Amino acid sequence: MENNLTGNAWKFGNNIDTDIIMPSQYLSWPLEESYRLAFEPLRKGFADLVTPGDVIVAGSNFGSGSSREQAAQAIFRMGIRAVIANSYARIFYRNALNIGLYAIECPEAEAIIEEGNRVKIDLDRGVLLNLSTAREASFGPFPQNLRKIMEAGGLVEYMKKRNHQEAR
Amino acid sequence: MAMTLSEKVLARAAGKDEVTPGEIVQTEIDWIMTNDATTHVSIDIFEQKLLKQEIKHPERVIWVVDHNIPAESVETANVHRKQRIFAGKHGFNSHVGEGICHQLLVEKYVLPGQVVIGADSHTCSHGALGAFATGVGSTDLVGAIREGSLWFMVPATLKFHLTGKLREGVTTKDLILTIIGDISANGANYRAMEFSGPAVSTLSFESRLALCNLVVEAGGKNAIMEADEKVVGYLRRNRPQGATGVVLQGDQGAAYEKFFHYDLSQIAPVVACPHAVDNVSPIIAVEGREIDQVFVGSCSNGRIEDLRILGRILKGNRVHSRVRLAVSPASTRVFLQALEEGLISTFLEAGAMVLNPNCSTCWGGCQAVVGDGERLLSTGTRNFKGRSGSALAEVFLGSVYSAGAAALAGKIVNPINYLGL
Amino acid sequence: MAMTLAEKILARKALKKEVAPGELVTVAVDHTMTYDLFCPSVVEAFKEMGFKQVWNPNKIAIIFDHLVPAKNAKEVEHFKVSLAFARAQGITKVHQHDGICHQLLFEKGYSRPGDVILGTDSHTVTTGGVGAFATGIGYTEMASIWGTGEIWLKVPETLRFEIEGELAPGVSAKDLILKIIGDIGHAGATYKAMEFGGTLIGRLSVAQRLTIANMSVEAGAKAGLMAPDEKVLEHYRELGITDFPMLRPDPDAAYRSVSRYDASKLVPMVSCSPAVDNVMPLFEVAGEEVRKAFLGSCTNGRLEDIEMAASLVRGKKIHPKVEMIVTPASRTIYQQAIQSGAVAALVEAGAYVTVPACGLCSGINGGVVADGDTIISSNNRNFLGRMGGPTARVILASPASVAVSALAGKVVDPREYL
Repeated sequence: MENNLTGNAWKFGNNIDTDIIMPSQYLSWPLEESYRLAFEPLRKGFADLVTPGDVIVAGSNFGSGSSREQAAQAIFRMGIRAVIANSYARIFYRNALNIGLYAIECPEAEAIIEEGNRVKIDLDRGVLLNLSTAREASFGPFPQNLRKIMEAGGLVEYMKKRNHQEAR
Repeated sequence: MAMTLSEKVLARAAGKDEVTPGEIVQTEIDWIMTNDATTHVSIDIFEQKLLKQEIKHPERVIWVVDHNIPAESVETANVHRKQRIFAGKHGFNSHVGEGICHQLLVEKYVLPGQVVIGADSHTCSHGALGAFATGVGSTDLVGAIREGSLWFMVPATLKFHLTGKLREGVTTKDLILTIIGDISANGANYRAMEFSGPAVSTLSFESRLALCNLVVEAGGKNAIMEADEKVVGYLRRNRPQGATGVVLQGDQGAAYEKFFHYDLSQIAPVVACPHAVDNVSPIIAVEGREIDQVFVGSCSNGRIEDLRILGRILKGNRVHSRVRLAVSPASTRVFLQALEEGLISTFLEAGAMVLNPNCSTCWGGCQAVVGDGERLLSTGTRNFKGRSGSALAEVFLGSVYSAGAAALAGKIVNPINYLGL
Repeated sequence: MAMTLAEKILARKALKKEVAPGELVTVAVDHTMTYDLFCPSVVEAFKEMGFKQVWNPNKIAIIFDHLVPAKNAKEVEHFKVSLAFARAQGITKVHQHDGICHQLLFEKGYSRPGDVILGTDSHTVTTGGVGAFATGIGYTEMASIWGTGEIWLKVPETLRFEIEGELAPGVSAKDLILKIIGDIGHAGATYKAMEFGGTLIGRLSVAQRLTIANMSVEAGAKAGLMAPDEKVLEHYRELGITDFPMLRPDPDAAYRSVSRYDASKLVPMVSCSPAVDNVMPLFEVAGEEVRKAFLGSCTNGRLEDIEMAASLVRGKKIHPKVEMIVTPASRTIYQQAIQSGAVAALVEAGAYVTVPACGLCSGINGGVVADGDTIISSNNRNFLGRMGGPTARVILASPASVAVSALAGKVVDPREYL
């Protein structure tokens, strides 16, 4: 498991729903095409602005709405490594962790991080550091079972390993 | 001089004693139909190219939303809205979701002796009412909307003399496909196709509409048939004022470019094979090919008569597990009639999808399409590559008997044998 | 220890005497549901994980509803991949065009009281209305359930809603759940279970209970539950299903909070774009012009919803400026609505009926709304871009409110039409 993530922050508000992240119209498209249209209703062309390693900082109830895993997948595909939000809709939260996208719950983040700030996430210590302003916030650790999945690189890799071990 | 039926309708509309093939005439247009597939194109031409944006006879214009309804995308929805605003501003007759344009024109507007244009190639259907009806492009449509009139070149007429009687299990779809196969996809280019002879009186009004509907697939400019008591009777029953129009007849001794004779008793079930409507083959030659989807509907074969045949075939049976059967009544009126007769329940019971009245699979842009490598048997109008979904699909066109039998069998079968007719 | 309904179900499935909120439990899954849109992704993840055989083909339903009737060849590909997998795995609970997944889970008895049900759709919570712990997950996680038959769940805290009294004529369960969502907000029940009780619930039809449970996810709930009763038993008895426990919450169970509602005080409610918790009494938007009206979805596409609308439009005409779309939630409902005359009444009034499926609510087909237009709709979400262009306005309301507004061409109060 990586111990640290560092990237530039993109800020979003409260209640960013799955229809904003991945509009229904694109759900049957291959991810390779659809991820470029993520966030279209709110921020057209967002995927083109993202640099691999960037992070999203958002308010409450991020990923609310449908179970569409494409929402998490698209964010991950465009290079975002972590989302930091006040809170998540639960299905999005599970989806994110299941594919290896860090979903970090940290209500203070919104206040100490502005768009474009450089952010360092210390996963072991549960600390967010705004490198641009040197302000800090902490977050709770992931439960043990989730850490195992994340360490494996997501649920697919975790199951793969498990099935492989069982086969042996 | 003796004139054919098409010539007489055009002469009357042009206010002339006579017209001859090749002559250009300017005529008043009784009905101008435009649908959601192209109205926005006409709006752009109207608003960007015309200096004087007025419409002489908005009461003659009929705007129908039938191709992409219910709207399947934001783009479509926005196009519908643009059209709706234009139609509303100019006071057109508007029909949204009430059925296929050509069927609505039959139910509500067209009368014998009238001249009708539509921005849709299958406008030729209305020839079954003894009207001169033909499809036009967007620019022609704009001109007609602006002026209420349009120029036509009077077509030469091909006369199809029909004798005998279709046997059970064979329909006018088999007949017109056979004709198209014989004369080819451009065999009637610029020509009128006139159907007459003693067999006509044996054909129901609806089956005549199906016959006329497909003449454009042979390149025909229009189809035409004399309106007889069956047509007049239909109009009396269905039009509020009982208007029956001006029933015209072709003259004895009129000049036809060519004669064809068909004995209807000799017509057998046929299908148009991929990917051309004139690639016609007896159904027995393609029997056994597995089918993934069957479609019953369209301006060609979505009328109550078609649904009754399908109902008889499906009653008490289940659609084959491999097959998606999509049924789309041609209009709200057809739907309600089918509902009353228990047909919609029969279709649902058998496992069919009942679609709202619209162009549906036959148009291929909105709903119930086929995928790569799939095979469709359709009662629709066209089987071009990609017409009903994937360009890698195969579309066969056939009668409602052939469609119903294939839906049960899961493959193409001769409906006469399969249904024991 | 006293337990809530959610806790009781999870304890039973985790083979434990008791569970407490916050505890992580691994439970055996009773039934899963996946639909056309995501099934190929589940299949892909399932294979990538190295699974060969599903844990139990009889506990997997594959339902085509989001892409029915398919609008392009890409969508048909979803059917083909799903059918090929089902065939190879011996999965027989495949419904190609029989209706919406959540309705079929209920109608076919795949989801039973006391079950743990997982579906690749957020509205899987719907069958909480019959007392199942039913919840949504993503497709990767579904693949792991297909392989293992189990899932880990965090036992949620429970919010209790006590609803007493009776609904006034013209007011329905939809108005109640909209009111509750408006009160607690879109995240008011995130990670939590909502449990509904009180004298009103027993009076409601099972269909209306499903409506309430269905929308609990719009407040973020993991599950929305009601204890099953005789009406629920009756439904399952008709299906020949009797082997389930009639679990009830303990009277002294510990709830995170208890909220009380007097149903008789409720008025017709609406929720306006861009968020489901943007709830207000209908009168606040009364008079607003509507261009479309949608009656359908897993929220309100059931027989009594369609009959309610039919009773209001019978013998009248939908406003000429309004396109009214009726999408029954299932084939069976469509057939019943034909039998009852409701379909004829709606179509004679000027509505049209589409294939039973998600339709417009999915935003993929079924009557997408133009930018600048307003729709009054009986479904469950009004997010920007969900059912139309970014500036399409969606007003969520009860079937009765949808029907009368379609007649009037503007938002009107159904109580004035009774």
